[in-house]
Amino acid sequence: MMDFAYWLPIVWAVILVAAITIYVILDGFDLGIGMLFALERDQGRRDVMVNTIAPVWDGNETWMVLGGAVLYGVFPGAYATLLPAFYLPIVLMLLALIFRGVAFEFRIMTRDTAREGLWEIAFMAGSGIAAFSQGAILGGVIQGIAVTDGAFSGGAFDWLTPFSVLCGVAVMCGYALLGATWLVWRTTGVLEASCRKWGRWLAVGLFLGIVAVSLWTPLLHAPYLRRWTDWPNILFVAPVPVLVVVLGVLLATGLRRGHSRVPFLCALGWFFLCLSGLGITVWPYAVPPSLTLWDVSSPPSSQFFQLVGTAILLPIILTYTIYSYRVFRGKVTEADGYH
Amino acid sequence: MQTAALALILARFQFAFTVGVHIIFPAFSIGLAAYLAVLEGLWLKTGRQVFLDLYRYWIKAFSIVFSMGVVSGLVMSYEFGTNWSVFSRKAGPITGVLLSYEVMTAFFLEAGFLGVMLFGMSKVGRGLHFAATCCVSVGTLISMTWILASNSWMQTPRGYTIDPATGRFMPDDWLAIIFNPSFPFRLVHMGLAAFLSVAFAVGATGAWHMLKARRAGAIASEPVRVMFSMAMWMAAIVAPLQILAGDAHGLNTLKYQPVKIAAMEGDWETEGRASELLFGIPNMKTERTDYAVKVPLLGSLILTHSLDGKVPGMKDFPRDQRPPSPIIFFSFRIMVALAMLMALVGFWSLWLRRTSALFTSPVFHRVALCMAPAGFIALLCGWITTEVGRQPWTVYGLLRTAESVSPIVLSSMAMTLAAFVVVYVIVFGSGLVILLRLLGRAPEEGEHIPSPAHPADVLATHTHPGIAGPIPDEGA
Repeated sequence: MMDFAYWLPIVWAVILVAAITIYVILDGFDLGIGMLFALERDQGRRDVMVNTIAPVWDGNETWMVLGGAVLYGVFPGAYATLLPAFYLPIVLMLLALIFRGVAFEFRIMTRDTAREGLWEIAFMAGSGIAAFSQGAILGGVIQGIAVTDGAFSGGAFDWLTPFSVLCGVAVMCGYALLGATWLVWRTTGVLEASCRKWGRWLAVGLFLGIVAVSLWTPLLHAPYLRRWTDWPNILFVAPVPVLVVVLGVLLATGLRRGHSRVPFLCALGWFFLCLSGLGITVWPYAVPPSLTLWDVSSPPSSQFFQLVGTAILLPIILTYTIYSYRVFRGKVTEADGYH
Repeated sequence: MQTAALALILARFQFAFTVGVHIIFPAFSIGLAAYLAVLEGLWLKTGRQVFLDLYRYWIKAFSIVFSMGVVSGLVMSYEFGTNWSVFSRKAGPITGVLLSYEVMTAFFLEAGFLGVMLFGMSKVGRGLHFAATCCVSVGTLISMTWILASNSWMQTPRGYTIDPATGRFMPDDWLAIIFNPSFPFRLVHMGLAAFLSVAFAVGATGAWHMLKARRAGAIASEPVRVMFSMAMWMAAIVAPLQILAGDAHGLNTLKYQPVKIAAMEGDWETEGRASELLFGIPNMKTERTDYAVKVPLLGSLILTHSLDGKVPGMKDFPRDQRPPSPIIFFSFRIMVALAMLMALVGFWSLWLRRTSALFTSPVFHRVALCMAPAGFIALLCGWITTEVGRQPWTVYGLLRTAESVSPIVLSSMAMTLAAFVVVYVIVFGSGLVILLRLLGRAPEEGEHIPSPAHPADVLATHTHPGIAGPIPDEGA
């Protein structure tokens, strides 16, 4: 039983990070497309942008529900501490996601009425605010929260610091890059060309963001710094920054040379590396800087019961998710309509 | 301490408001997805155009309702932690796991196949498309099953031990947790409520178009008649079943939560040969129900199915364990009255069918139109009855609501409550307007006939103005 109690939270931490990574990547390009509405004013092209994600955005957002549910069931201590700590940005994010989620339908249903513009703005602003909130929450987790007796004991605005704002802006930039590279892959003509142009600027922005967050993070807590500089850790973590640069070069050339899929895959790679880097930094804390995975996890009987189901269901989910993406594969053009 | 008490009330109100708005959409989706699966199945089997027309008509409403359900549900999955962090920490090992199973078995299934269902007819074959519709429908039912297992466990907890050190609920027996004593009753009652709500919403849509056609001096089109007829069959069959299910659920509640029954009935003294209050105003302070209008013996008859059965009174329970009777006394009565009305409409429709007057009785059509929200209001009232009746506990008899709340300061709670109310009124108000406008347009008969070369085109008219034509303004 002792071994179970030690290993189950580790297995679950890996699953949770994987779910968060999948969420960030999938909903990342959704939200990014929403933000790119700010740059693309043409309604026909905006429709194409939405059409590339209309059949899949629901499923993408479900990964976020899964993240919340897994945290609730497996790490209830973290769920019960983090959510009150980030109460305001979480509510802000949820409200933004509400606006943007219904805007998929509403912006078309209200077309040619007085409220047409409202839902275009709701889609754009909702996406941007949701992205910023997610980044700020992530930054807030990294910088740590005040905990007394296993419960949040800080103030309502503790999360709001220059660091969390930087993370929020970096995530906005990153999601917009994912959106632009996704559109490079999935669209043609004027829209594709615009996205290549925007992609370059967004890539520069995200790269600066990554550098700034990477330099700032180790200064927040001493253990973070040791994680990256102590021998022999440095052997294992050194490839991360190197790979970031390599992918950046590939991304830039991909955008310039007219590759269709390479830029998106490179952007995905960047997100994967960033989240891995954060995982390495924060490990083994679930609520930095005080509660570890084991402090916040539910009893092994809960974790085990849920693991059995996950082991069976997750592969099935991935299979039909991939199937549904394949049904809608290929370039989308204005002639396709709202599918 | 004053502000803490107020923060608790706001936290409760916020949760009740957001879940109360949310519950409408899943109920709508459960009923509508099943209806769509039936329509598409009938189309594939009979090849009749009318079923396809109706499928295409209702799938537009479904896509709106479903998206509103997704976004309002996303809020719920985080609100347990934001508003009820102590409850989450203690009960998460059980309720969080059940929620995770709901996500993995239901939400992904729905979302994964929704895209194919809404947009995929041009991309996959008819059989596969029908399978996608069925997957979405089954997903809504699985989702209901898990969330009601979790909800029922909070009402009648089983299969756990409480860890003395942390106060956490430790799962011992998952089958006992899921199949807790009130779960089967709640599941059936809620499922029927969802079907009944949608039956009356669809019926009212049909009634509206029949009245409009009559005013224009025409006969309602075939899709309108078929939708109205199908809805009235559902009403006639499901409403009586729902009354039986409600009665059984009531007996179950009497057994496991007698004080909830006492509060629902406004009864203070435990007695045999109890009367039933038709009206009254329960007063929690003076421990009596004012202005009571009673029917002798009916209370015992309803609750125990015998004339001298013993019915509990609230005075048998300590004051700090009684739910607020004035709220659930009325919510329960509104629910029951609406159930009776719905059953009556169902019987009326059967009688009209006998004389072939179902499509020609404007009085009946007006009544059916007025009954549009009846199912949803009854559903909400039933939900208020059971959840307010669970008070003052979150986990019945074990964890008090006042001890479950998050350490959120009053100002934050007040601010977000205001934000939720404003946003929900804007978003879901707009959704309602859009939905009504959509349903205000009659289904078009055979206008988009699927050509054999492009069987796909049938659904291609989803909502894009370039193909489907502009949606008429309100009043059009």
